[in-house]
Amino acid sequence: MDTPHPPDTQQRWTSSAGLEGRDAPGARPGRYAPELDDDRIHDRLDEGEGLARVLGWFSIGLGVAQTLAPDTLTRLVGAVPTETTRNTMRAVGAREIITGIGILANPDPSEWVKARIAGDAMDLSLLGRSLGNGERDRTAGAMVAVLGAAALDLNAARRLGSSSRAREVQTPRDPIRGIRVHKSMTIRRPVDEVYAFWRDFENLPRFMRHLETVEVLDGKRSRWKAKAPAGLSVSWEAVITEERPNELIAWRSAKGATVENAGVVWFRPAPGDRGTEIHVRLHYDPPGGRLTSTLALLFREEPGQQVKDDLRAFKQMMEVGEVVVSDATVSRGPHPGRPPGGEEEQS
Amino acid sequence: MKATCWMGTRDIEIRDVPDPRILNHRDAIVRVTSTAICGSDLHLYNGFIPGLEHGDILGHEFMGEVVDVGPEVKNLKKGDRVVVPFPIACGACWQCEHGLYAACENSNPNAWVAEKMWGRSPAGIFGYSHVLGGFAGGQAEYARVPFADVGPLKIDDDLTDDQVLFLSDIFPTGYMGAEMANIQPGDTVAVWGCGPVGQFAIASAYMLGAERVIAIDRFPYRLEMARDKAGADVINYEETDVLDALEEMTGGRGPDACIDAVGMEGHGHGFQYAYDRAKQAVRAETGRPIALREAILSCRSGGTVSVIGVYGGFLDKFPMGAVLNRGLTIRAGQCHVHRYMKPLLERIRNGDIDPSFVITHHMDLEDAAAGYEIFNEKHEHCEKVVLRA
Ligand SMILES: NC(=O)c1ccc[n+]([C@@H]2O[C@H](COP(=O)([O-])OP(=O)(O)OC[C@H]3O[C@@H](n4cnc5c(N)ncnc54)[C@H](O)[C@@H]3O)[C@@H](O)[C@H]2O)c1
Ligand SMILES: [Zn+2]
Ligand SMILES: [Zn+2]
Repeated sequence: MDTPHPPDTQQRWTSSAGLEGRDAPGARPGRYAPELDDDRIHDRLDEGEGLARVLGWFSIGLGVAQTLAPDTLTRLVGAVPTETTRNTMRAVGAREIITGIGILANPDPSEWVKARIAGDAMDLSLLGRSLGNGERDRTAGAMVAVLGAAALDLNAARRLGSSSRAREVQTPRDPIRGIRVHKSMTIRRPVDEVYAFWRDFENLPRFMRHLETVEVLDGKRSRWKAKAPAGLSVSWEAVITEERPNELIAWRSAKGATVENAGVVWFRPAPGDRGTEIHVRLHYDPPGGRLTSTLALLFREEPGQQVKDDLRAFKQMMEVGEVVVSDATVSRGPHPGRPPGGEEEQS
Repeated sequence: MKATCWMGTRDIEIRDVPDPRILNHRDAIVRVTSTAICGSDLHLYNGFIPGLEHGDILGHEFMGEVVDVGPEVKNLKKGDRVVVPFPIACGACWQCEHGLYAACENSNPNAWVAEKMWGRSPAGIFGYSHVLGGFAGGQAEYARVPFADVGPLKIDDDLTDDQVLFLSDIFPTGYMGAEMANIQPGDTVAVWGCGPVGQFAIASAYMLGAERVIAIDRFPYRLEMARDKAGADVINYEETDVLDALEEMTGGRGPDACIDAVGMEGHGHGFQYAYDRAKQAVRAETGRPIALREAILSCRSGGTVSVIGVYGGFLDKFPMGAVLNRGLTIRAGQCHVHRYMKPLLERIRNGDIDPSFVITHHMDLEDAAAGYEIFNEKHEHCEKVVLRA
């Protein structure tokens, strides 16, 4: 991206696909009705929907099994059946059935496939938990199976997503492929205050969970260092490509970044004196592409979720002065919400 | 310290756990002197609320003495005696500024989980699952209270713990139930459930001008309390058909306002009850809205149904047709306790009400497991258990 423009003046963000533009800041109603051209429908049937249909039936089958035989499935994934696993399995099963029906019945299955992905992430984290006390081998096997399903889901979602946004992704002016995230949050402080806090990039690690440091090199350039899965860290240099005080900041990674990324953050007054709306749009291409993002799922770091969580933490910074925690969210080991006998404390 | 831990469905243990500490600048640590078991805790006890983990500390109704404060808490000091409201609220967000404390936007550190279930996240709540924040509860010797400069109400005078403890939840909840019912002079109000919450809803309905309150339950001792202490006419749904009785008692109009103080574990008879239990058992429905259905069906056309009984997920056979075609208003919510604490403390001081009338059991914290069982099973004519820490 060379020069970002606010969404209402820039074609690329808003008008190329109806679905895409719907939540664009500054969106004018009426302009974003999905344009159903034949190409797009055709693409979708070809690329994603067959796979989505398979997933739909897979969901229903799995869901029925989880609901009717929760203990068997719990043992299958290597955990010991208890009241909790039984309840969880059934809850997960009900969700599977619902998403399955959704995928099969919905004219735009991409939303439901996303629900499946969220579901997979949930299953993975449950499995992660059972690793603690279950039989490692079987759990690991189950992880691989769910991981397979997750990869399949991710694949279908991307195909569905990219076909409904096909032209946009292929715009030559926007060469970054990979993951795109749009999130927004309303913060009950005036725009100038919110903007100023954010523009001081060295503030960002105070609330962005994955960011270790940001070092400002000069007016335009900064060096970012973030935690990556498996205890690694990545760093890159970012260049501000456009900046309008109290309105927007756009950046992209300098050439040669391991994680190629670009994004825009818009700030606008929220209606009815509700403070400031902040809209983040982020594109990035993780090294290893899909594999990494599937791995990221394993760590419950679905990219959109991570950005949303960071925005929420930012809101807390601005509204109450710090990020709010509970014992259970800061401690792994013994804490008032958990009797002794666990691992060391995390932070 | 000792704390009441959830170890599984209907499995409560008093365990030794680490003392809480200050984690945020606006925290306080409270040494708990009195804490109560709530009908909402029974939903946890019976395993109907998702997101609870083994070892979680329960309890959201508590009061005590401030023993430590974070650097940003200016209004409290060590030694202050406080009652703590059950929702955790920041006091600064849009919801808080509009008095909607139980919908605080900043107090649930696990908001993302709640969003997956409910679309958006409400406030965090003490001891009420990881979906609502993973905060350790107050049925313990000590509790960490976030946003201590917003929530806790200081009690300076010599009112006893028993008189003020319920400002933490059930008195404000019953009051809000009556307030949401939009009571006008001359109104007849029906209240489903004569648990502690129902008792306060009845009493509050009279405070807000109801002409007559009709209370519904099946336990004679609870109905007696509703009649003798709170002043209601009563219907025992095991002896009488509720819809017929209400029809008869209101000259065919139906109650002007109906309050559901039962929630997701509604009890009943016949096929519908069996159906709801079965669906709930396989988690195909998360609540048994038996009282709620009746409240909707019996309410006067154009009247209000106020829901303070807790529901967690999805309901079946919800009579939306009655709601729409007869123009009913439904209001619901976890109680915005902060909003009611001071005015209701005034009412207690004035002698308008002494909330301790619902207490039937005082027990030691050590005996919490027995307390849960007795309250859940309605043994020993149990209405409300207060634990002394
Ligand atoms: N909204 C809030 O902020 C809030 C706060 C506290 C409690 N609550 C909820 O209020 C509800 C009641 O709490 P409680 O402490 O009084 O609990 P409780 O268990 O003591 O009382 C519930 C009563 O409902 C009765 N009941 C069951 N099925 C019924 C039916 N079909 N018709 C009429 N009565 C029926 C039971 O016999 C019992 O007496 C619970 O759901 C609790 O979670 C909500
Ligand atoms: Zn309660
Ligand atoms: Zn708030």
